[in-house]
Amino acid sequence: MSILINKGSRVVTQGITGKTGMFHTHHSIEYANGKQCYVAGVTPKKGGQEVEGVPVFDTVAEAKAETGCNVSVIYVPPPFAAAAIDEAVDAGIEVVICITEGIPVKDMIKTRDRMKGSSTILVGPNCPGVITPEELKIGIMPGYIHKKGRIGVVSRSGTLTYEVVDQLTKLGLGQSTCVGIGGDPVNGLKHIDVMKMFDDDPDTDGVVMCGEIGGTDEEACAAWIADNMKKPVVGFIAGVTAPPGKRMGHAGAIIAGGKGTADEKIAALEAAGVAVTRNPSDMGKLMAEALG
Amino acid sequence: MKIHEYQGKEILREYGVAVPRGKACFSVDEAVAAAEEIGGKKWVVKAQIHAGGRGKGGGVKLADSIDEVRELAGQILGMTLVTHQTGPEGKVVKRLLIEEGAPIKDELYVGLVVDRATQRVAVMASSEGGTEIETVAEETPELIHKVMVDPKTGLTADEAEDLARKIGVPDALVADAGKLMQALYQAFWDKDCSLAEVNPLIVTSDGRVMALDAKMNFDESAMYRHPELQDLRDLDEEDPDEIEASKFGLNYISLDGTIGCLVNGAGLAMATMDIIKLYGASPANFLDVGGGATTEQVTEAFKLMLKNQNLKAILVNIFGGIMRCDVIAEGLVNAAREVDLGVPLVVRLEGTNVEQGRQILADSGISVISATTMADAAEKVAAAAAGA
Repeated sequence: MSILINKGSRVVTQGITGKTGMFHTHHSIEYANGKQCYVAGVTPKKGGQEVEGVPVFDTVAEAKAETGCNVSVIYVPPPFAAAAIDEAVDAGIEVVICITEGIPVKDMIKTRDRMKGSSTILVGPNCPGVITPEELKIGIMPGYIHKKGRIGVVSRSGTLTYEVVDQLTKLGLGQSTCVGIGGDPVNGLKHIDVMKMFDDDPDTDGVVMCGEIGGTDEEACAAWIADNMKKPVVGFIAGVTAPPGKRMGHAGAIIAGGKGTADEKIAALEAAGVAVTRNPSDMGKLMAEALG
Repeated sequence: MKIHEYQGKEILREYGVAVPRGKACFSVDEAVAAAEEIGGKKWVVKAQIHAGGRGKGGGVKLADSIDEVRELAGQILGMTLVTHQTGPEGKVVKRLLIEEGAPIKDELYVGLVVDRATQRVAVMASSEGGTEIETVAEETPELIHKVMVDPKTGLTADEAEDLARKIGVPDALVADAGKLMQALYQAFWDKDCSLAEVNPLIVTSDGRVMALDAKMNFDESAMYRHPELQDLRDLDEEDPDEIEASKFGLNYISLDGTIGCLVNGAGLAMATMDIIKLYGASPANFLDVGGGATTEQVTEAFKLMLKNQNLKAILVNIFGGIMRCDVIAEGLVNAAREVDLGVPLVVRLEGTNVEQGRQILADSGISVISATTMADAAEKVAAAAAGA
């Protein structure tokens, strides 16, 4: 088992004819069951061709009708990416994973509002994607550092996720699913949502969560963990040394109005019983210890 | 992106928000001419810098005569204004706003931000204008009233007027204040703002509501659809190194430590800064080279870091994903040949093509301290900096 995606998923790449979409679809198809899982691509007005051995359609609705795809991954450029999410939602795609970085916040406000009442789950935007190791890779992460196993990983940052996964794999701790929720202020799944999924997943034994400065999502997750979580959680929050008012790369990573500091988040997680390390080199080790 | 108060007021005026009559000036003569043109008996001379807290820092003064306008403009233009937002080094004032003095009866607050939890625009209003809203939020949070705006309807007249009543706008002016808030929301929405703040929003003794200040920040990701805002950018107000970095697609922020860091990915870059601190040293910068940096970008990144006089060592931390370690290694070697590093260089490579990357560094003959883990790298760079 796993969360969000598995070898039964049928994936459509939105923006498959672009350089990025093509490149990552290629590598995702090569990974594990990619060949059977990637069934369609979409680029408006480019339907009828084939990319990476996958048929291309004009719309997500057509792709779904023809191939039964139920998961979408989006590599569409920022000005059109929110509309691509809308299209996938309208077509009834179950899980939409948006990799695109730099979508205007206003576009995401409108898109998230449209999604109210929809059963579609959005991951991202501005995220590395989701991988269920040795089953299916949807996104831009390097597949080979992952190993099948029983640890869940959830993170706002791409390369920091790779860092955790690498530490876990080297310690012999495989991963059930790794979810990059992205670094934007208005996004889909948050730490708390992914944490609930991992708690319900019988094949996940523990969770590593990586947060960063900005917003209060980690605090909300901590409050939920305190009352509900049945499995050990290990945490790291990036940005203890980040100065207030400066945007640290991610649009969402900014300490504004004195809120969203790393220290507040660490305190909230520790109060919820999460084992927090201030040393990003120790995330894997701490998970091993937490499992006993 | 940030803009000046006078620019924000021009935008708000276009949306029908009442603001005092005023004019931006770059010299004392211009300031005097502006005051004469505006007329009246009272003027406000306001320093235009991007940081807040100008009043407390001595950058906002009242003048009762044209001579006083001249005197104050002379004092403020060119002064180094230090506020809680400028840092101790302060900002040199190069622009002024000369405005008509308004008869203030009451100072209120209204501000708009994107609320991440509800994923809507939050309109916040308070009777406690003129002070820092952070202080109000901390000490008397019950005095801040909020509306989370439905993006389909925008801020409705009912919502706006209700807010106006709650913050103590007199009944006769509730409709005007409501319209002002609706206009402010519309400006925020149309212009892709990340922040719009009017502090204070004033009620005058002659029965008007008016925006006495205007602070607007914009969503960088939406700037491609606002060419009209690009002209408002004032490069004098930005860090020259950060501007230089942005030309090369690098995400760079100057900090006050001694360890230069070059990392791929924002989260890992922050984590690298944190671990440097944990091992007793301090980062000189945040630098995210992104997911697909070229040799040229890596070289430019090194040049930027080396400009820093306080630099004692450099730590490169790359977790190759899409970014291949061999590409980074080649970039490092090229940079080291093009510019004299002069400080110890610690490199930690992991991920895609790591073996080739390490080989390239080993074969290059450049002096590199290799590290395996982030902790190993941080320990080595702290030691190298201490020995330098």
